[in-house]
Amino acid sequence: MLLNENTRAKYQAEICPVLDNRVVSPGYHRIQLQAPAIARTVEPGQFVQVFMPSRHSQMLPRPFSVYRANPAAGELTLLLEVKGRGTALLAEVSAGAALKLLGPLGRGFPSPPPHSLLVAGGMGIVPLAFLAASTGAPGTLIYCARTAGLLVCPRPELDRPGLSIIEATDDGSRGEQGTAADLLSRRIEGAGAVFACGPRLMLAAVKKICRRAGVKAWFSLEERMACGIGACLGCAVATTGGYRRVCRDGPVFPAEEVILDE
Amino acid sequence: MNEKTFKPDLSVNLAGIALDNPILAASGPFGYGHEYRELIDFKDLGGIIVKGISPEPWAGNPPPRVTETPSGMLNAIGLQNPGLEKFLAEDLPQLRGSGPRLVVNVVGCSLEEYAEVASGLEGAEGIDGLELNISCPNVKAGGMAFGTDPDATRRVVEAVRRRTGLPLLVKLSPNVTSIVAIARAAEAAGADGISLINTLGGMLIDTGQKKPLLGNVFGGLSGPAIMPVALKMVWEVAGAVKIPVLGMGGITSADDALQFIMAGARAVAVGTGLFYDPDLPAQIKTGLIEYLKQENLTHLGQLEGAARR
Repeated sequence: MLLNENTRAKYQAEICPVLDNRVVSPGYHRIQLQAPAIARTVEPGQFVQVFMPSRHSQMLPRPFSVYRANPAAGELTLLLEVKGRGTALLAEVSAGAALKLLGPLGRGFPSPPPHSLLVAGGMGIVPLAFLAASTGAPGTLIYCARTAGLLVCPRPELDRPGLSIIEATDDGSRGEQGTAADLLSRRIEGAGAVFACGPRLMLAAVKKICRRAGVKAWFSLEERMACGIGACLGCAVATTGGYRRVCRDGPVFPAEEVILDE
Repeated sequence: MNEKTFKPDLSVNLAGIALDNPILAASGPFGYGHEYRELIDFKDLGGIIVKGISPEPWAGNPPPRVTETPSGMLNAIGLQNPGLEKFLAEDLPQLRGSGPRLVVNVVGCSLEEYAEVASGLEGAEGIDGLELNISCPNVKAGGMAFGTDPDATRRVVEAVRRRTGLPLLVKLSPNVTSIVAIARAAEAAGADGISLINTLGGMLIDTGQKKPLLGNVFGGLSGPAIMPVALKMVWEVAGAVKIPVLGMGGITSADDALQFIMAGARAVAVGTGLFYDPDLPAQIKTGLIEYLKQENLTHLGQLEGAARR
């Protein structure tokens, strides 16, 4: 399986009217935008840079994996966690306002073969929800977090025929009790491929399990970014091929290439 | 003057480099231009200063390499670059003839390395000038060490001057006691112009992890937070040397650019501001034209050092 070169489609800046902004869980917002150009070409795993609502804020744009895209309606949806000043400003935008977006950026996921396992830790659900929705192939989504309150993605937005969804929490407050690694190791046998996004420690465990089982895995990585297009080299990640750019060479990488301080 | 046809002239001559307009992409954030070319109109840039080139490839620093700070950012990329040979073979051909004048930023760990890059670029088609980086705070060997002492500055500028006939800018560090002494040393050693400022040394700590936030521990602070510091240094240096000054440090608007020019800069460069808005060069260009029209001036050059008079 090779990374699809077509995912390097040319990006563009687009002024996007905000259609809806709602809290899905305290501190988590689902923002729906009118973004026809980006929605038409974005693939699962790709991301957008969202510029600050006011140029006077003098802040870097914030990168977000796309949560869902509706090319027919020209709509794009983001799911964001309020973590700092930038996400707090973005969380305040209301319907009727507009945000400048740059995208689609980076390389997305290859198309998942049947019986793939999608492993999401916390906000790692975002690109995997898009991936799960983009294919009709049978598969399993393992959605994990430390505790119930951190499983913020609304369940009805994940459900689709052929996709079995397993929720799990470290503390057992929702779904099965256990970590992503626990759940994955029980199901890895016969998996078509593994697609994962989440904390580094989770990815390191997933990588080990996949290697042992001989199953191909793909990771979507996160790193602090500045330009988002590959120029500034700010979002470097250590790989077997040296430092590579999360924003341009990724954010999706073959698991075996990523060095995660295992 | 006819209101409708009147178009102020933004062209300037920076150290022997003829620029259509005084706005350059600063070395670093712009990489080698390939990515921004897909995003912005290069016509809005008078010049591009490509990311530092060393004789051999440099791997750069471990991540995290960047983080936001109040009104700015810290970076510790570590001058990751493909090295001279690959730059000449792969990057330069793509940039050649793209419109803006091309200036190559030169880095090294020793006098010999700086001289080697300068020699290697000599005669390469499409290069309009060199910018000697003696000020990067993110590499342990060389780099800033040459820029913190007038005598070391003189030696490295002389070594490069002997190897190049191209216009030679020297980029200074603000992390010094007297930037004027360093600028004068560069001028005396044969520099054609002075670029300033590079980033201010800084750091942040992640209290959750109880560790420095940047992989390199220290980084360079850029962005609007450093603009008043940069402006003061441009003012001081422009008053102390006869060669032209390229001003930079936190420029995010036409007004900022005008302030640098009025402080005595011949031209300006943008870095972090491009991240905030990739359209910044176009906005500055438009803003400069509007200002000149409003002031009934025909040439941007008429404003150089205007605040000093």
